[in-house]
Amino acid sequence: MTLQGRYPVALRLYPYRRSDDQDAATPARHPVVVAGGGPTGLAAALDLGRKGHRVVVLDDHEGVGLGSRAICFSKRTLEIAHRLGPGPGMLDGGVIWQKGRVFRDRDEIYSFDLLPEEGHRYPAFINLSQVQFEKFLFEAIEHARADGAEIEIRGGNRVDALDASPDGIRIEVMTPEGAYSLEADWLIACDGARSPVRNMLGLGFKGRVFEDNFLIADVRMTADFPTERWFWFEPWFRSGDSALLHKQPDDIWRIDFQIGWDIDRDQELKEENILARVDAMLGTGVEYELVWSSIYTFQCRRMERFRHGRVLFAGDSAHQVSPYGARGANSGVQDAENLAWKLDFVIGGLAPETLLDGYDAERIHAADENILNSTRSTDFLTPKSEISRTFRDAVLTLAARHAFARPLVNSGRLSVPCAYDGLPGFGPDMLRQPARSRPGAPAPDAPVGDGYLLDLLGGEFTLLGLGLDVPESTQVDGISVAGLALSDASISDLLRERYLGETASAAYLFRPDQHVVARWRELDLEAVRTSVRNAVGKGGE
Amino acid sequence: MTLNLEPNLSDPDGFYEALLKAHEGLSDKESVELNARLVLVLANQIGDPDTLAAAIEAAK
Repeated sequence: MTLQGRYPVALRLYPYRRSDDQDAATPARHPVVVAGGGPTGLAAALDLGRKGHRVVVLDDHEGVGLGSRAICFSKRTLEIAHRLGPGPGMLDGGVIWQKGRVFRDRDEIYSFDLLPEEGHRYPAFINLSQVQFEKFLFEAIEHARADGAEIEIRGGNRVDALDASPDGIRIEVMTPEGAYSLEADWLIACDGARSPVRNMLGLGFKGRVFEDNFLIADVRMTADFPTERWFWFEPWFRSGDSALLHKQPDDIWRIDFQIGWDIDRDQELKEENILARVDAMLGTGVEYELVWSSIYTFQCRRMERFRHGRVLFAGDSAHQVSPYGARGANSGVQDAENLAWKLDFVIGGLAPETLLDGYDAERIHAADENILNSTRSTDFLTPKSEISRTFRDAVLTLAARHAFARPLVNSGRLSVPCAYDGLPGFGPDMLRQPARSRPGAPAPDAPVGDGYLLDLLGGEFTLLGLGLDVPESTQVDGISVAGLALSDASISDLLRERYLGETASAAYLFRPDQHVVARWRELDLEAVRTSVRNAVGKGGE
Repeated sequence: MTLNLEPNLSDPDGFYEALLKAHEGLSDKESVELNARLVLVLANQIGDPDTLAAAIEAAK
């Protein structure tokens, strides 16, 4: 056996099968190769495959890894999944939640409500195990294949060596039946925080490691705790400096214990020691079963650049954040969506390669925002100095007595999608308000007829006329811009509030990833054409 | 002026980060001294004696 599993597989979705490439006289060439079949890799493959590209996914395992790992999937991720197909299934299979409570010892000191507004197809968050999330994406790939998409997932295929040149990438792959070579025009590296591709290219991954360990345990129990995120500082059950309890589907509960820096890892991972901690937390008489456990440290790091010629890094391989903010898998899926349409345009000759530098700039902007928020949360959870702990404890003490201190309590700030403020390729903003639908922002959802606005922004450039007529289709240098006109009478109150505000009518241009490019009071097709060219990196021409 | 004990910081996380950053690299004694100076600066900003008396009570 030439391949050794790095982790146990929960679902063997794509067992190793010999491919024709392994018997080819010269290495086969593929337009797009994705390294890694996690949430980011599968989302990228699905998106590009649906856009008509031939995609090969190489995964050294034969399916989804064991353990739920990511559990909170955000509204934006679900909206992306909706466009790709599996959104409704994820929503049905997930646990919807919006409330969080923060305790110190036994006392509740703070609670939050993610206040889901009316008029969105998806809630702020659902909890779903990463295993199920990946299974949904895999099934969507199977459906897309049945409809003719050329997406091939090769399980038991490990990337062992790379030769990246300006013309393409030669990849040496190891399988249970030995090695073979293939070539790729583009390689998307979604191979996780320890990214072998990153290491093979000798690229750095800089940032901070926080000196603390977290024991994570998933237990199965039928308990009547509410579907809320419960977080304890200095918990009364005296197990760790902090603890978290959060519900997943199928009677699985996620528990995290903050257990300190100087620990004996093997000792802590012994089942009897984990059970002792869980017993203390849940109290006696609660029957449960330990499903999965792990110990991890918090780290916030990223690569200096996400694009290296024809190799593009996405998800954890490009950036790693500490948990408690739902910023890992969610940002990976958003990377994939940002990259997919750009690569589609570049491969199709509709945009210059420099459009991919926009992927780099935008997703670095997003990664920095995630790292900033995660770092602040972790500094609160794991005070790195005596004075830092003194302030933390002062906040917790005051929060129990006075409302003013509650916004300072930080047990994780939950992920919202990034607006690409101040980056090239957006504008103009001739409306100035509402702020939430400004150029660069992800389009806020809103009711339209019996459905929702985002259903109508289907993965291509779209020109929306609100109380304005727009052409059914506009051609800009070979790029099709779909037109969508909503008459004054068909604009719902929430759509008006989110897109018009004080204005009577407007035209909006959206990118294929549903981010707002520009907005105008009146329709000027020449201005629209200029904005489309800017959005695809042809602004200088 | 009455003491405002409702949330009033426009960017709580940013303020908290800046506060901890100001203490980075300081000894315990230096941190205590920085805090003392900070309290006096903020007290001057408030000015009103009744508000300051209420703030002292709230912090006790």
